[in-house]
Amino acid sequence: MRLVKILERLLAAIPIMVGVAVIVFLFMRLTPGDPVDIMMGQGGMVTAGEIERLRSEFNLDKPLHEQLALFLFGLLRGDMGNSFTKQRPVAQLIAERLPATIELALGAMVFGLLVAFPIGIVSAVRQNSLTDRLSMAGAFLGISMPPFWLGILLILIFSVHLKWLPVQGRIGADVHLTTVTGFYVLDSILTGNREALISSLRHLALPSVTLGAAVAAIVARVLRSSMLECLRSDYVKLARAKGASEFSAVAKHALRNALIPTVTVVGLQVGVLLGGNMIVEAVFGWPGLGRLVVDAIFARDFPLVQGAVMIYAFTFVAANLIVDVLYTYLNPKIEM
Amino acid sequence: MAQPILELRNLTIVFPTRRGEVRAVDAVNLALYPGQILGLVGESGCGKSTVLLSILGLIARPGRITGEVLLDGRDLTKLSNRELRKLRGKEIAMIFQDPLSTLNPAFPVGEQIRESLRLHNMVPGPWLWPFDSGRRWQEKQRVLQVMEEVGIPAPEARYRAYPHQFSGGMQQRALIAIGLACNPRILLADEPTTALDVTIQAQIIALMKRINQEHGAAIILVTHDLGLAAEFCDHIAVMYAGRIVEIGGVDQVIENPQHPYTQGLLRCIPNLKERRPLQPIPGSVPDLAELPPGCAFAPRCPEFRSVCAEGFFRLQPVIEDGHKKAHRSGEVHMARCLRLTGYRMPEDD
Repeated sequence: MRLVKILERLLAAIPIMVGVAVIVFLFMRLTPGDPVDIMMGQGGMVTAGEIERLRSEFNLDKPLHEQLALFLFGLLRGDMGNSFTKQRPVAQLIAERLPATIELALGAMVFGLLVAFPIGIVSAVRQNSLTDRLSMAGAFLGISMPPFWLGILLILIFSVHLKWLPVQGRIGADVHLTTVTGFYVLDSILTGNREALISSLRHLALPSVTLGAAVAAIVARVLRSSMLECLRSDYVKLARAKGASEFSAVAKHALRNALIPTVTVVGLQVGVLLGGNMIVEAVFGWPGLGRLVVDAIFARDFPLVQGAVMIYAFTFVAANLIVDVLYTYLNPKIEM
Repeated sequence: MAQPILELRNLTIVFPTRRGEVRAVDAVNLALYPGQILGLVGESGCGKSTVLLSILGLIARPGRITGEVLLDGRDLTKLSNRELRKLRGKEIAMIFQDPLSTLNPAFPVGEQIRESLRLHNMVPGPWLWPFDSGRRWQEKQRVLQVMEEVGIPAPEARYRAYPHQFSGGMQQRALIAIGLACNPRILLADEPTTALDVTIQAQIIALMKRINQEHGAAIILVTHDLGLAAEFCDHIAVMYAGRIVEIGGVDQVIENPQHPYTQGLLRCIPNLKERRPLQPIPGSVPDLAELPPGCAFAPRCPEFRSVCAEGFFRLQPVIEDGHKKAHRSGEVHMARCLRLTGYRMPEDD
């Protein structure tokens, strides 16, 4: 039953993806700046003939609706075209970079949740205590601090001064790792490479903290406020009256209900993680999708931008679907 | 005379607030005998629910509790939280007011009843999931039995249902089942029928009466409905502004009410035969942070005398049929009103 509903939701995602495709296609072409001009500008002496040749190669000489049709039908076949600047299939370029981005996003998410849950719960249980006030001040700082600045600060402290963690990259240059999935942490575990595991985790640490700080702050605040509400509820009173321990009243009865609004926010944070990673990837020299996309936008590399946006959109839709499925488990009142 | 199973001695509960200390419960003495049904009656904000919560040791900080709560002569206020937990739900169970908000919306009803059994090790066995399946099965059988007993039809099918799938009456029955699961000796019922339709109310009251008779559980019923208390209880304590103003057997209190507050509450009960207009008590319960000196009911009292605003009045035995008539539990009918002392100045007694 649940599976049928999930399939239905997946089908409903198709028009969303088509909409995203059309919009990103049109917006790229509405943006001033011609890809061929930008490319030629770097090349120097070019003839009108060469420009014409490039235009027809990129299908830019065709009318707009034909270009759109080519793009959409290409997507149906899983073909996102060739990058203008890199002369390689977009799918390939993205596939090379995506694991790094996902690894960073997961690292940030794990860090964010590991920090947010204890803080959110403890500050709610000890409302208005010193712990609570300090945590909430910290959370406010986490939300207000721009990631690029936090990243530089962390590098200064942990890499430059303390020399505990590497400054940039995904893995040490002297460490050899056989790539299986492209996720370095996972690959090191799969190949049983201890040295690579440690190195990749050490490289992952600072970018994850930088990217995850905002997530931790937002989730901690939401969790705290929903825990406060749940802790005051009658069912927590009943749990105590039944003879449940304080731990069980908080961690089982209150938390279970406080998770419902929290999960929504965590789902939305997926978008923040994807959007924020461009900056963090730049600060830490992380070879992920973000930097590829920024470069592609400046070069007006239409197919590459379109492909990347499609991936972002898909991730966001998928994250929301996962949240909705989790919801049905957490909140029995909601059926999909 | 049998020993009371539960006795409150000089129970006082104070909450510090910004505007000074609030005495939510002020020097309450009560005794509950085995199998007895005691009604605690009064308007909202009179401290009735606070009395119940204090019995379970559930007064949240910064509330302070003084006096004694004796269960079989053991003072519960002196117990550690760990020791109290063993009593909560097992010896003394509580039934709350609003069943929908009291049942946890995230767990199936059957599981919530089963939790009571598990918390008090009613069915011994391994506790580590998933090795406790045999134990869980046994616990489920007991839950089904309790659900059946409180009148939840088709308990097997409803075991996995969630609270929102139950009607109000069924939710209250489920709540009673949670209280009843461990066969407690004392049930504390905090306005268990207030949120329900009249017909459902009658069913729930009948159910509680049956529990009282079949299990011998003593019940303290907190209610604002003196009519309900008259129907259901055999002993009534009327509370006003944190104090007991009248206490006695149900017949004594209902037929010979002494305190003007009790009399006022009685005039608020509709009478279908006489169809006289209801006479509400004017005003409302005073702010506990700014209690008037003297009798707290004085500002609303139809029989107010100037001396009522001075001094403090003790509970006085009521003279009935020319002598102090004993209640079956050995207690006398008492009221806290100046009229009983013949309007003498408080210093005189």
